[in-house]
Amino acid sequence: MAVIEALDLCRTYRTTTGVLRRKRLEIEAVRGISFAVEEGELFGLLGPNGAGKTTTIKMLITLLLPSSGAARVLGLDVVADATELRQRIGYVFGGDRGLYERLSAHDNLRYFAELYGVAGKEQRRRIDEVLELVGLKGRERERVEGYSRGMRQRLHIARGILHDPQVVFLDEPTIGVDPVGARELRDTIGNLVASGKTVLLTTHYMFEADALCDRIAIIANGVIVGHGTPAELKASVGQGGVTEIEVFGVDDPIVERIRAIDGVTAVTVEEREQAQMLVVQTAFARELTQPVLAELNGVQVGRVTSREPTLEDAYVALVTTP
Amino acid sequence: MRTRARRLGGVLLLGLRVHFKMLSRSPFDLWVVVASPLIFATLAHFLFADDRGQKMLVAALASGVMGIWSSTTASGAGALQMQRRLGVLELLVASPMPFWSVLLPISVAISAIGIYSLAVGLVYVRLFFGIAITIHSWAAFAVAVPATIGAIGSLGFLFASALVRFRSASMVGNLFEWPVWMLCGLLIPVSVLPGWLQPVSWVFAPTWGMAALRNATLGTGHPWADIGMCAALAAVYLVAGALSLRLFLDAARARATLSLAS
Repeated sequence: MAVIEALDLCRTYRTTTGVLRRKRLEIEAVRGISFAVEEGELFGLLGPNGAGKTTTIKMLITLLLPSSGAARVLGLDVVADATELRQRIGYVFGGDRGLYERLSAHDNLRYFAELYGVAGKEQRRRIDEVLELVGLKGRERERVEGYSRGMRQRLHIARGILHDPQVVFLDEPTIGVDPVGARELRDTIGNLVASGKTVLLTTHYMFEADALCDRIAIIANGVIVGHGTPAELKASVGQGGVTEIEVFGVDDPIVERIRAIDGVTAVTVEEREQAQMLVVQTAFARELTQPVLAELNGVQVGRVTSREPTLEDAYVALVTTP
Repeated sequence: MRTRARRLGGVLLLGLRVHFKMLSRSPFDLWVVVASPLIFATLAHFLFADDRGQKMLVAALASGVMGIWSSTTASGAGALQMQRRLGVLELLVASPMPFWSVLLPISVAISAIGIYSLAVGLVYVRLFFGIAITIHSWAAFAVAVPATIGAIGSLGFLFASALVRFRSASMVGNLFEWPVWMLCGLLIPVSVLPGWLQPVSWVFAPTWGMAALRNATLGTGHPWADIGMCAALAAVYLVAGALSLRLFLDAARARATLSLAS
């Protein structure tokens, strides 16, 4: 049974610009998104900044009204049954904010336990449990302002699951967290799923999505451009491969010429200190290294390597396809 | 699960405690409420050189109410913006509790730190100017203090609800600081205001809070009636604020304005 269902979900933002001559603008942040998440699943929403991931989550957690379409979580409508739904879901977002810094972690959790109706007698036990789960036991009496970013993020997760919600929405929970802290957070997220919760996760980090998610939907410009298991998405890049070429001073016209080569599906350029890394994806089992190198005539070329496609390659191919 | 009434009571009381604790750890908020009674009580000492008994005592009380009001105008009108800046506004709105029950304790806590003003004002005139703190009716005084704080906090709640659409709500709140001091008998008696202006002072809770404290202290007038007016005005502010807030939240869900930074 689907625990989260989005049916042709749309959200348009209306804004105005100018002072004397006010001009109305409409921005379609989400344009007809549909997907379903099964019970106990960890479902990932991936996409570049401004793709519509957070807008989608905010509609699902009742903070935003959809412009059209419908969404149900645990069988409850996100518009009509908002109050009942809020009791049964948890929401965690990434970043430094979202906590009362001058209070201790315990005070923060106690306050949110009360807001979410955790009974007085149960609060102590539940707070101890979530502190244990996120690895903050023993530090709960310290003020949050002294916490590291990773500790704050773990406290966010503790807050989000205090009332034992059936569904947890995690909006970029590891953003800005150092690698060790991010790994601990991923373990915590894994524990949530192991304990039977359904999790919807948005993230920018491909390896994180690859390691954690059962299924993934990739959003670009407000629409889903690909979905499936991580293995299915990698396979969708095709039978071809990825060629990485270290270059020095490649410019846009050359990149456009490479992009126009028959069989090339995506080209990206990553800045690496003095050098750049040209990543060329091909759709078919064709050897395109020579034609690509021919287009780089006159550009200093360093190391050239070929490899199998990763989830990141699938993501890049999907979000850069016009 | 607990009954709805118990949950509401728990959220109101714990919210008040948590936010009072947090504000008490804010050097800025404490500075506002602790410094102002020292200044006003000192001014009163020189102004009332001829009668340093009752007038100085009333001045100390007034400086306390001024502190409560200053805190309300400085922070109360922008209470929602403060939650926005902390990044907790969306989390509070996303909770299953009605939002008025979340915002009201924040507004009352902001006013409640004015209790430090009252305490500092009274201790200051006692220690430095030797004014005897004689309270005619301790029972009325003990009720008048929370009634004043509750009513002024409810007015802050109304301001916060009504001004929530404006990013500079706290600046608008500051506009009310001095006029209310003048209107509500904190600097000058209401009776010396022009006749047409006196009814305006009646709609502001500080007028009745100050009257209740003064009458309970001096044994004049009807402090319990003043306390009743505080309660009645608080009820009006609460209903108006809750309605305003509901309209705002519906609009915010439709327009996506909750998370905008102030």
